[in-house]
Amino acid sequence: MTEETDHGRTAAAHGSRIDNYVDRYAARATGMVASEVRALFAVASRPEVVSLAGGMPYVTALPLDVVGELVADLVARRGPVALQYGSGQGDPHLREQICEVMRLEGIEAGPDDVVVTVGSQQALDLITRIFIDPGDVVLAEGPSYVGALGTFAAYQASVVHVPMDEDGLIPSALEETLTTLARMGRRVKFLYTIPNFQNPAGVTLAAERRRQVLEICQRAGVLVVEDNPYGLLGFDGEPMRALRADDPDGVVYLGSFSKTLAPGFRVGWALAPHAIRDKLVLAMESAVLSHSTFSQLAVGQYLATQPWREQIKSFRELYRERRDAMLSSLEALMPPGCAWTRPAGGFFVWMTVPEGLDSKAILPRAVAERVAFVPGTGFFSDSQGARQMRLSYCYPQPDRIREGVRRLAGVIEQEMELRATFGTGSARDHFGVDTPGPDLA
Amino acid sequence: MSDLGHVLVLAGGLSYEREVSLRSGRRVSEVLRALGIDVETRDTDSSLVPSVLADPPDAVFVTLHGGAGEDGAIRSVLELLDVPYVGAGPDACRVAFDKPTAKAVVRSVGLRTPESVTLPKETFHDLGASAVLARIVDSLGLPLFVKPARGGSALGASMVATAEDLPAAMVGCFAYGDTALIEKYVEGVEVAVSVIDLGDGPVALPAVEIVPDKGVYDYAARYTAGHTEFFAPARLSPEVAAACAEMAVTAHTALGLRDISRTDLIVDAGGHPHFLEVNVAPGMTETSLLPMAAEAAGRDLGTLCRSLLEQAATRSADHPAG
Repeated sequence: MTEETDHGRTAAAHGSRIDNYVDRYAARATGMVASEVRALFAVASRPEVVSLAGGMPYVTALPLDVVGELVADLVARRGPVALQYGSGQGDPHLREQICEVMRLEGIEAGPDDVVVTVGSQQALDLITRIFIDPGDVVLAEGPSYVGALGTFAAYQASVVHVPMDEDGLIPSALEETLTTLARMGRRVKFLYTIPNFQNPAGVTLAAERRRQVLEICQRAGVLVVEDNPYGLLGFDGEPMRALRADDPDGVVYLGSFSKTLAPGFRVGWALAPHAIRDKLVLAMESAVLSHSTFSQLAVGQYLATQPWREQIKSFRELYRERRDAMLSSLEALMPPGCAWTRPAGGFFVWMTVPEGLDSKAILPRAVAERVAFVPGTGFFSDSQGARQMRLSYCYPQPDRIREGVRRLAGVIEQEMELRATFGTGSARDHFGVDTPGPDLA
Repeated sequence: MSDLGHVLVLAGGLSYEREVSLRSGRRVSEVLRALGIDVETRDTDSSLVPSVLADPPDAVFVTLHGGAGEDGAIRSVLELLDVPYVGAGPDACRVAFDKPTAKAVVRSVGLRTPESVTLPKETFHDLGASAVLARIVDSLGLPLFVKPARGGSALGASMVATAEDLPAAMVGCFAYGDTALIEKYVEGVEVAVSVIDLGDGPVALPAVEIVPDKGVYDYAARYTAGHTEFFAPARLSPEVAAACAEMAVTAHTALGLRDISRTDLIVDAGGHPHFLEVNVAPGMTETSLLPMAAEAAGRDLGTLCRSLLEQAATRSADHPAG
């Protein structure tokens, strides 16, 4: 029988929740919810929208016909190997080639110390998996790469941000943070850092700071995880010397072919001290059994037969032109009160909007004006970043970048006027994922 | 077997609800394909007109939410292309999509809808926001509900409990549109009533009751499975359920809608329904309300969509209902 209640209602036992497993998910799935911000990025994938949001490399610049021939040749000549399972550590020849690539940044290492991974993202996942128990502390630059923060969250790490300035991570702040955490009895497992052309901030860790960072971490017994996807994409001079080059025992180095060749191959790697490497191989096997032999051999073939250094150089020229287009249009068009970083390489500019503005609240209007960016909050594990946004220049052509910046400047001016009218900042609660998927242009 | 040859499902678009629309479109396409219907799914871009001209579909299912999909624009284009489609014509859409206008229409036929005021952002700029907002609070009282005059999925919408929270809610609302609808907040049970008309006049499907876990039916609660509990049919007495059904059918008729609509309403503590808004292209995703209502009525979603398309296909596109 049903029973009459208020609202003229009759009671029923249970409604439908659409998802029958709603009360069975692990705690780490809590944040995986639909998000307004993420929905807005769906619009950004349309060609009308100038997307300064995504971090997609401009693979169109590759000699695609050559890559095509190379792949066809690989299957024809080495098909039975390329299409077979491979080892957990990765193809030995490719690992030798990886060592040659790392030598450009001063790293001397042998192929035995390298573990090939499914993009460097998987290396990050494996490192986190073998080091982090729920509640352990990971130090990360503030802001930091969203994909890393997502991985840390999935393993229930507690991320503590260390501030940066135009020269990258601030050593004194790192020291202070470590001291504070030690006093609190918190267990810091590693420092995650992107020293070159950082994602999203665009800044580079100054040479003199590199040794300081290593010394501080050595003293504290904290491992350094050096993520370096953009290191060879500097616009001025030679590549910076890697942290790993000066501390083989204290650093796990993560590298990738995603930006120097193409992310579609999903080939990255970790270079780690022996004991860590052994665990990484086992973790790798339990995660995906073995990675794509096909991709590894294709990358190996490309490195062996193509002028890859020249290709990287041409990528550098292309991205430099786009960086210049972005910086000059920001200079010309942004209203007073906006500030931004001036990257010397990589893909990203980090912009701060005037006091009182909230970059996430600006996004809907920006999308309506056909320009997209990533709000800053997605790059922090805490509530920072509301006044910041990441602008990427890697994918759109220079004239589109200028048009995008022009639209964005107009949107920011409108928002300033609106805030002035209402004399307020907005403080709306928000849950969910604030950053686009990896395939967003 | 269906006489439908080739059917077009429109999904995507450039509105804020693009992602939801793509999901709705996928769902409708799937259920139609399961019935053996030849379905093509398209976004609304520059290839639409040439492709429809080259290979005109028998009928179009519009699952575009917000913007051009609901404001009559795409439907006007379909009329120009002489292609029949499911749902209301452009004129009716224009009225229904603009929430304040729709409220005025339903109020004129005697339906209860929360007191409200509609203002563009220029008014606040020109007259000074604080004076106008203070007057709004004095006049309508608290709490209030602020939302963009046009749009859906609760984007830019928020409940305001105190006068201090109102400016921030206005800013949040104006992020999604240039005109705000500020309504007196009616506390009660959130209910959605879908209406379908398969040729025998508009009929209400069972009301669906919405109980969000966090108390607010926001974007996350709408589109994350498991974050909201739905009761279909709603836990209402037969009299109240009948009043809700009548309200939805009356709104559908008064607004000149056709084939399909969904009315969102609140049932207050006294059991009285209050009209909030109507949707001319209701969501069809896995977490959407119309498919739940259809299921509660024992109707197969695919068969329902097919019947609507068949009905549209027999209609001359020269005589829009709008």
